[in-house]
Amino acid sequence: MSIKVLYFASLRETLGYSHETLTLPATIATLGDLRAHLAKRGGAWEALDVGRNVRMAINQEMAGADTAVADRDEIAFFPPVTGG
Amino acid sequence: MNSVSVQEADFDVGAEIAALSAGRNDVGAVASFVGLVRADKLAGEGSEVSAMTLEHYPGMTEKSLEAIVLDAGSRWQLLGTRVIHRFGRLTPGERIVFVGVASSHRGDAFAACEFIMDYLKTRAPFWKKEDTPEGGRWVDAREADDSAAARWEAPAG
Repeated sequence: MSIKVLYFASLRETLGYSHETLTLPATIATLGDLRAHLAKRGGAWEALDVGRNVRMAINQEMAGADTAVADRDEIAFFPPVTGG
Repeated sequence: MNSVSVQEADFDVGAEIAALSAGRNDVGAVASFVGLVRADKLAGEGSEVSAMTLEHYPGMTEKSLEAIVLDAGSRWQLLGTRVIHRFGRLTPGERIVFVGVASSHRGDAFAACEFIMDYLKTRAPFWKKEDTPEGGRWVDAREADDSAAARWEAPAG
């Protein structure tokens, strides 16, 4: 399964990446699984730990940790929004 | 007619308001909101925010604004809606956001305008970074914005 992951705002700066393409192991089924997988990279990636205030989207719609991840999905991680 | 724009350029408030009722005679009310960059004092210092930069998620931002406008249209009788949100670097006094709502009567126009702003602040992917003498600083989300949006949720049961 190959997906695109985007990072925005303070999270983009903390991680040092705006986007990456990942090939996922079969054990990753949900957005929560993916988040835990990325947080395990350690260092700055601990910013994605459960408990950190991070929002997630799949294919440009807000999504929760239980949402299934599918091949070619566009997934985004970002801090709570502050527009307006 | 509903229309959403995410753009770097400024907008003409008068022209946007006029367009909401142009060529029609069923509009009895146009309510609008304009959000501006404020020169907030920085905590513990004499200096003020000199500029801010707005980042967004191209694609998702437009989609989320369109979804908010559709949601408003399902809650109130609306005849037209216009939302404009800027991104990029903005200085105090500059316009950030415009929401205009046309309806037959003022009640629906006022309510929908406020609803769109409350939802925009908690659901549309924009992030503000303030320029300070020490460098850029990301603005934290405010709990007050979450509670403002939550009051529009349907009461349980």
